[in-house]
Amino acid sequence: MLPFSFLVGYIGQNHLGNGSSVGFSPELCLNCSPRAGRSLPGPRGEAAAPGAACPAAPHEQGTGYPCWGARGAQCPPPPPKKKPFGASELFSQEPFSTRPPGRRPPRSLRCLVTSPRAAVWRPKRSGPVPGAMLDPDSGLSLTIARIVRRLQGSSLHSQLERQARVSLHKPEIKLESLKEDIKDFLKTSGWEKKLQNAVYSELNVFPSPCHPAAPPEHMKEPLAYMRKAQGSWEKRILKSLNSMCTELSIPLAQKRPASEQKELLNKWNEMGTDEPDLSLFRPVYAPKDFLEVLMNLRNPNYENGEQPSFRNHLGLIQVPLKVKDIPELKEDFSELGLNTGQLGIDDSAQVPPEFFENEHVRVGQKVLAEQDSAAAQQYVRQGCPTALRADLWALILNISNQPEDILYYEQLKSNVIQYDLLVDSLIYKDVKLTASNDDYYFVFEDYLYQVLLCFSRDTSVLEHFTYSSATPPKSYIRGKLGIEEYAVFYPPNGVIPFHGFSMYVAPLCFLYHEPSKLYQIFREMYVRFFFRLHSISSHPSGIVSLCLLFETLLQTHLPQLFYHLREIGAQPLRISFKWMVRAFSGYLATDQLLLLWDRILGYNSLEILAVLAAAVFAFRAVNLMEVTSLAAAEAVLADLSTLKVMPLLQIFLFATVT
Amino acid sequence: MAGKVKWVTDIEKSVLINNFEKRGWIQVAENEDWNFYWMSVQTIRNVFSVETGYRLSDDQIVNHFPNHYELTRKDLMVKNIKRYRRELEKEGSPLAEKDENGKYIYLDFVPVTFMLPADYNLFVEEFRKNPSSTWIMKPCGKAQGKGIFLINKLSQIKKWSRDSKTSSYKLGFCRFCTVKYTPSTSELDNMFVHLTNVAIQKHGDDYNHIHGGKWTVSNLRLYLESTRGKEVTNKLFDEIHWIIVQSLKAVAPVMNNDKHCFECYGYDIIIDDKLKPWLIEVNASPSLTSSTANDRILKYNLINDTLNIAVPNGEIPDCKWNKSPPKEVLGNYEVLYDEEMAQSDGPDRDLRSRSGQSTGTKGGRARDSGKPILTTWK
Repeated sequence: MLPFSFLVGYIGQNHLGNGSSVGFSPELCLNCSPRAGRSLPGPRGEAAAPGAACPAAPHEQGTGYPCWGARGAQCPPPPPKKKPFGASELFSQEPFSTRPPGRRPPRSLRCLVTSPRAAVWRPKRSGPVPGAMLDPDSGLSLTIARIVRRLQGSSLHSQLERQARVSLHKPEIKLESLKEDIKDFLKTSGWEKKLQNAVYSELNVFPSPCHPAAPPEHMKEPLAYMRKAQGSWEKRILKSLNSMCTELSIPLAQKRPASEQKELLNKWNEMGTDEPDLSLFRPVYAPKDFLEVLMNLRNPNYENGEQPSFRNHLGLIQVPLKVKDIPELKEDFSELGLNTGQLGIDDSAQVPPEFFENEHVRVGQKVLAEQDSAAAQQYVRQGCPTALRADLWALILNISNQPEDILYYEQLKSNVIQYDLLVDSLIYKDVKLTASNDDYYFVFEDYLYQVLLCFSRDTSVLEHFTYSSATPPKSYIRGKLGIEEYAVFYPPNGVIPFHGFSMYVAPLCFLYHEPSKLYQIFREMYVRFFFRLHSISSHPSGIVSLCLLFETLLQTHLPQLFYHLREIGAQPLRISFKWMVRAFSGYLATDQLLLLWDRILGYNSLEILAVLAAAVFAFRAVNLMEVTSLAAAEAVLADLSTLKVMPLLQIFLFATVT
Repeated sequence: MAGKVKWVTDIEKSVLINNFEKRGWIQVAENEDWNFYWMSVQTIRNVFSVETGYRLSDDQIVNHFPNHYELTRKDLMVKNIKRYRRELEKEGSPLAEKDENGKYIYLDFVPVTFMLPADYNLFVEEFRKNPSSTWIMKPCGKAQGKGIFLINKLSQIKKWSRDSKTSSYKLGFCRFCTVKYTPSTSELDNMFVHLTNVAIQKHGDDYNHIHGGKWTVSNLRLYLESTRGKEVTNKLFDEIHWIIVQSLKAVAPVMNNDKHCFECYGYDIIIDDKLKPWLIEVNASPSLTSSTANDRILKYNLINDTLNIAVPNGEIPDCKWNKSPPKEVLGNYEVLYDEEMAQSDGPDRDLRSRSGQSTGTKGGRARDSGKPILTTWK
């Protein structure tokens, strides 16, 4: 189905993708053979550092978690442990166990300390220590080994190397004090901060290494039945995509004729004016379809009686996963407490800005001046001032929009110009159905096409499949169906858009007007967070856990409401599911949405989405108790655009008697 | 029945009628006794023309000034603003200060405008001077974007945005208010093409009926503050307020100072790529047609807030009322300028109110806002 020229085109792109980290090597794309298609999974690292692309390197593999046992006993992958990491540790020769890197707040933060609370600063994300069954030292050294390997393949590494070569010839370099000199140099030149941010970013994105004995797929998802469910869900999506392909007799991909390329290039900034006929296309799936799948998830080791009883969950999600209760959430989200200043509450008209806002802005400027990712992440837990948000988010996501990043974006763009993909039509259709009709986002229609079309071509996105339960779909070139050597991932980034996908990008358009920066921020948000909202996994931020957390919170704290809605056939999750899948984008007013996403970034967790969904139900409880049908309940909750996010969260978590 | 306001309108819009009914007011016919008449601009021209010589009594109030066209007709507005500048200059007012290029520092907010056909030769001269610029053609007597077109769209001008800003002020030119959130037709960032698009879209088939191409001012603010920073955004909004106040002061001397009238104006302002606002025109009859759901909510609230100020407590109006509205009734209006306050405040208030630039001496023009006079228009 896939023309050969297309395949070569993509492999070329893949190597150029590597270029973003190690300097471009255009000759590579001339040499590539179809076989190279197999090496797609680790596009960024492989050219530079063999092994860097695959975080689950052989010595980390092995026998695995004991994943079942007593009823409902689960081993979700331990959440990444987020502790700031001094950059110098990487170079240190000291044994790591004598000075755990996490104990010491980053130097930069000391000057930021403003309150006694902050003085004991520790970006705490509770949860099991990495590799709960490992002794702490070996867990740590595995993490360090992995980070070192990954950084070796990064552009930061090559920049440092270049810098080192230049510095080598300086007369003041002395061999006897080399180690100290390097440390000093890293500090004074600002490289230490960059290294620190890179390490911190790695820690945030990648899960801690599994037990060395665990098989590699445990990195993706430790529970076998979850893996299986995700697999069959992917098959369904693919089948639907394929049948649409056959029905419309449109190839998955084809090269555009030169005239069409020129035309597209000319209207790149106004693709919205184009009105292609998309009536035959339909979104591959919508959140509603996905919910049906999640409702049918079962743990084979767990007896689910069909009759409702105290043993089974009264909500729609029937799998037993460990979710947090309010006391645990309170501890996790302690900065949202009543005694902490909060943007979204303490910047309202009734509160004079001297009390909190002015000082908070001042601290924010200081965090930016320090260019410290960890400090920024801690800071945004109390919300970002509007004018600082774009820079703070970029700092947390470690996006700096370097010339090579811009070049990379331009290459993705030229790939869009050259090739026509079937998913393009799905993207067009989705933007037209969602963002183009949205009061807040319609002005950004053109940006959305640019970002999403480039995203679909970006093979560096494939990297996230090492820690996502999903697996990128494969396609084979014409006549070679089933022969692995001729397989390519389709779409090139491995992500098939669904109804509402463009809403992940839309709110970011309020923050970044340079397309290349907007693009990088979105890609990073996707590979850190959004992919979890449409794949089946047991991760605490995964959609299954969010659904269960939502239902459990509601059932525990508003039992009457939960029971009432259940009785009238309006299961709360049927209403809240779409909010969570879209991370509330398109439902809340943009200013409120950004305040919510501040906290997602700040806590490196999507759990707040489930808490907010429950808080919305609590807020509308009185009206909801009066409805007698699903439609009426939906009507009560149809418009969330007037809600104020932070007060709702705060009341639900901290001001309700539990 | 005493105490209930009797209302008439010749604009059958739900946002109006719902607001009247909410207050428990009674609808009457035009030829009966009425207290409150929300009329179209055509009606005010006919009803209060020389021939009819209609007189308003103390308990009657209408939503237009009879000669609002001094502000709302593009040609007259420009004429009035030009005259206002000249007068300030003659008085030696610091407001009329010019920079080294001979441009007004504070009063340069109307784009270079020519009235065709009278100014045709001047226009051609200017056109030739800057062959790459784009001109907006607007017919003088029409409203709400009808008949607008662009000439020479080969321009390289970037980042224009269109923003229609609603504002209102009340009787006696002493208090000017602006709506904080208003409907605005904005096409931000991107190219000039967008302006064209909006103009085309409004009449084209691909006009979106869900949002109608309207972005709220709060969205605009959020976007600008996020991408350009807080300071420039505040400056922009201060300058927009400044434009509104100055344009109203410009027409104050020629406008009939009538205590029976209030008016809700729609300001049409374009923001250029340097975030400088330019006044394009003022509408006396902002569209009350609700094109989208949000539009309806917004306009309902706009009318609600307007009525709360014009007819406090929904009581039968009395033109002898003190017109300074208490804070509670302002709703989403904010007071931009209060002439009584401006006078008691000292002479250099005008300049200070302009984003922190304090210089100069006298500014506020003294207006008689004393006893109400029973007025006729002839």
